[in-house]
Amino acid sequence: MLKTFKLGGVHPPENKLSAHKAIEAIEAPEKIFVPLGQNLGAPSVATVKRGDKVKTGQLIAKGEAFISAMIHSPVSGTVDKIDTHIDASGYRRDTIIITREGDEWEEGIDLSADLRKEITLSPQEIVEKVKASGIVGLGGATFPTHVKLMVPDGKKAEYLIINAVECEPYLTADHQLMLEKADEIVVGVQILMKAIGVDKAIIGIENNKPDAIEHMNKSVANFAGITVQALKVMYPQGAEKQLIKACVNREVPSGKLPIEVGCVVQNVGTAFAVYEAVQKNKPLIERVVTVTGKNVSIPSNFMARIGTPVSLLIEKAGGIPEDNGKIINGGPMMGKAINSTDVPVTKGTSGILLMSEKEAKRVREYNCVRCARCTTVCPMGLEPFLLGLAGESLDWEIAEKEQVMDCIECGSCQYTCPSGRPLLDNIRLGKFKVGQIMRSRKN
Amino acid sequence: MDPIIIAIIVLGVTALIFAAIIFGVEKQFKVIEDPRIDEVSEALPGANCGGCGFAGCRAYAEAIVKNESLEGMFCPVGGNDLNADIAAIMGLEAEEKAPQVAVVRCNGSLKNSPQKFNYEGAQSCAFASNLSAGPGGCPNGCLGLGDCVESCDFDAMYMDKETGLPVIIEENCVACGACVKSCPRSIIELRNQGKKSRRIYVSCVNTEKGAVAKKNCEVACIGCGKCVKACTFDAIVLENKVAYIDFEKCRLCRKCQPECPTGAITELNFPPRKVKAEVTEENKEV
Amino acid sequence: MSLLTVSGSPHVHEKGNVSKIMLFVIIAMLPAFIASAWMFGIGAVKVFAVSIIACILFEWLVQKFLIKGPNTVSDYSAIVTGMLLAFNVPSNLPVWILIIGAFVSIVIGKMSFGGLGKNPFNPALVGRVFMLISFPVPMTSWPKPLESASQLTDVITGPTPLGILKESSNVAEAMSNPAMPDYLQMFWGNMGGSAGEISAIALLAGGLFLLLTRVISWHIPVSFLLGATMFAGALWLADPTIYIDPLFHLIAGGMMLAAFFMATDMVSSPMTPWGMLIFGFMGGVLTIIIRVFGAYPEGASFAILIMNAFVPLLNKIKPKRFGEEVKNG
Repeated sequence: MLKTFKLGGVHPPENKLSAHKAIEAIEAPEKIFVPLGQNLGAPSVATVKRGDKVKTGQLIAKGEAFISAMIHSPVSGTVDKIDTHIDASGYRRDTIIITREGDEWEEGIDLSADLRKEITLSPQEIVEKVKASGIVGLGGATFPTHVKLMVPDGKKAEYLIINAVECEPYLTADHQLMLEKADEIVVGVQILMKAIGVDKAIIGIENNKPDAIEHMNKSVANFAGITVQALKVMYPQGAEKQLIKACVNREVPSGKLPIEVGCVVQNVGTAFAVYEAVQKNKPLIERVVTVTGKNVSIPSNFMARIGTPVSLLIEKAGGIPEDNGKIINGGPMMGKAINSTDVPVTKGTSGILLMSEKEAKRVREYNCVRCARCTTVCPMGLEPFLLGLAGESLDWEIAEKEQVMDCIECGSCQYTCPSGRPLLDNIRLGKFKVGQIMRSRKN
Repeated sequence: MDPIIIAIIVLGVTALIFAAIIFGVEKQFKVIEDPRIDEVSEALPGANCGGCGFAGCRAYAEAIVKNESLEGMFCPVGGNDLNADIAAIMGLEAEEKAPQVAVVRCNGSLKNSPQKFNYEGAQSCAFASNLSAGPGGCPNGCLGLGDCVESCDFDAMYMDKETGLPVIIEENCVACGACVKSCPRSIIELRNQGKKSRRIYVSCVNTEKGAVAKKNCEVACIGCGKCVKACTFDAIVLENKVAYIDFEKCRLCRKCQPECPTGAITELNFPPRKVKAEVTEENKEV
Repeated sequence: MSLLTVSGSPHVHEKGNVSKIMLFVIIAMLPAFIASAWMFGIGAVKVFAVSIIACILFEWLVQKFLIKGPNTVSDYSAIVTGMLLAFNVPSNLPVWILIIGAFVSIVIGKMSFGGLGKNPFNPALVGRVFMLISFPVPMTSWPKPLESASQLTDVITGPTPLGILKESSNVAEAMSNPAMPDYLQMFWGNMGGSAGEISAIALLAGGLFLLLTRVISWHIPVSFLLGATMFAGALWLADPTIYIDPLFHLIAGGMMLAAFFMATDMVSSPMTPWGMLIFGFMGGVLTIIIRVFGAYPEGASFAILIMNAFVPLLNKIKPKRFGEEVKNG
């Protein structure tokens, strides 16, 4: 039997419309919008000012806090201004706006397609390089990668787990990347293994991508320690804790990090970015973005520069369909609905999903009938109906007692609720409020 | 022996034993409480609204008696009369406080700030505010989902369906501040009620650049500072690109209102403006 | 292009809603309904029609004039309550009693708590127990199956297997009673009893349908039947001359109906797996206790109502949280 996590989970229709579409590089537009807050943690601080000339790959913003990341210019040109611009959060945030002039790369970046297998850097140097290249978790959480690679004192990593699950419906960016860049990814995995000092790596891939499993198996054949693990299709397997449970059958305790059970999880896209940074000296300035949707005429996988407005990607995929009702940054289960097509692609944009008005409409709301389906599907073993009720009645004490902070916001509960209740909305509110209360208690 | 007599004896003895236990417990664990706590608590309205900053009326009474002071303590529901009563019980001096009332400092109605997108989901401003800027596009404006109305214990608020903004019913408002706390965007403020309930305030809290703010909302404060110059009492400050009228300093002269290019200053309960000359006269009167 | 919609994730929803669940429950009840119509004829059909119509009407009236909320008849839950109520009464019950029962079920049992989802007790059982206590004679005059199928009034009445058992002093006496059907007859439904409880096979088929369509989980039916079997089995092993074997208990009376349709009512049952197991098991045990030692020959309704009252307590049993016990291996 195929491995999976044991508790809860749902299986939404996969709808991988853009599967097997070759990654197509798209030219950067005339104006590019690079938000300063692209990663989890503190926003970066701009190091350029209005009128500065920048080259592709040049550092334009520094992550100064512990959990923060560098940002590099995705194009060459002139800094137009540093102003507020709408981003995926739905708010206007500080953004570096650059007018493109040609595409002149910073010196020392290897743009050839040759595969460089030899790893010359030491673990310390790798972490430094990853930090300097501004790499963050590309699965969508955008946690700065170099922080994850620094194993805290007293802890020891045993496994590197590569997240190639892509359990979100519709998205195919990681799938296609594996088909096209398997060898590079495997070198990236080795670099990561060296950085954290482990000799075992597991690449977890869901069974709905048999070609990717086969392809990766071929690529890892010559490397000891790296195995490809086929997993049963189950959402949310791509969640860190669930993936660890599925691959090595260990449970990360509540409120703790994966290193507690000797695991470090990295996304497959991150592994590729690490390869490019360490072996090719190329910072993170572009990423694979799936543009898809049932009514999109050409569902595609694009290689897009960071800062490209979403509108351009949609245009390349055939334009906004007639009855479009919702545009989602990410997948349908955890993605964020955006309120404008001016939103730029950031490091965390794994896909752009367009939904028709009919699809986007929420289902009718009934009273909770206490069917307990939410409890059955919750991968964290929580009771979403109770947390939802606590959120509705603003009872943060109950929310905290019932471990609202353990919720991973996978949305399985709301997806399955026959009463169509806004469970996750209320739980998110609970998490936000309880987080505030907990922080104020600490101070 | 007659069973009735047995029953009487058994029950009687049991009753005596329990009476003794209760008596002992009462003696042992008696809580000696200041009788004034009960008196103060009796005088309070008993709404437990939390407007005083304490968990309930009883907690407020306990705090007053414990501190032997009325400093910083004020029950907005009871107002000055109640404060004087409590001061009498405590044998303290009561401080007069100007009566206050809540005002909604946003005029981004559906007409002034048309919807840029739809919101669907939990009817909670706190959640919607975390999700995105709000249908009007203003990151500081009213979301119109009524967290404040929900929080009001005194039926002093309702949502106006036409504007999508909350309305405060002045007669019912006791200035408990529950709505102020419930608003995730700090739009609602408690302001002095003013003479004849006349109030003047900037009905905008948008801190964006003027051009951006104006694009989203017809009546946004663009931070031009014209009102600051117009004010003869230094009551208006411009901070974070938004003007604010200090109600302690404002003399309700109405000079600022016509200066505002976007109409972001709202006047309440004033007589309609007459020709200029008469306005000045009216000011003297006030 | 119209305005974009912004909402929190998830943006997709599984097909199915409350109405669909209720519809599935109705479909699952059809085999038992057909069996009932076959055995009791036109009387059963009349009872069903009256009960369903009365329930829908009461729900509509309350919703319209008392709660003044949106119309909830379309979620079909009133039909389910109506059918379950009809399942639990003799098919020759006077219509006016049935209407009172429907009133108690819907208005007192369900709507007074705030409607579907808020009621602590199974509304159909509230109605049934009310009628049983208020009108004991009409509620326990069971028409004889098949013989009374063609008559609307003046039906021939006969005892239920559980009633025969209650009146007999030991098993042998009960079994020798000519009115006692054999096990196969009982399994098919050829016995006296309430309109919907007689045919174990039809109820089993409906129950399986509900399990396969994921409307109910296996926990309650399995633990309910297990609890009843184990307790009845223990008594039988202790003294087979006085206590009848567990198989009889499983197919007699409303055991199947209770296990698959009454106890599994999602609103009034616990929400965690362990809670459900305890709820079902104790329900089964209580049913046998009331049947064997109580004043009433049938105890399933009381047992479930008693267990309904324990649900808030059972909900305190929390599911196993992820990461609660750290197993490394």
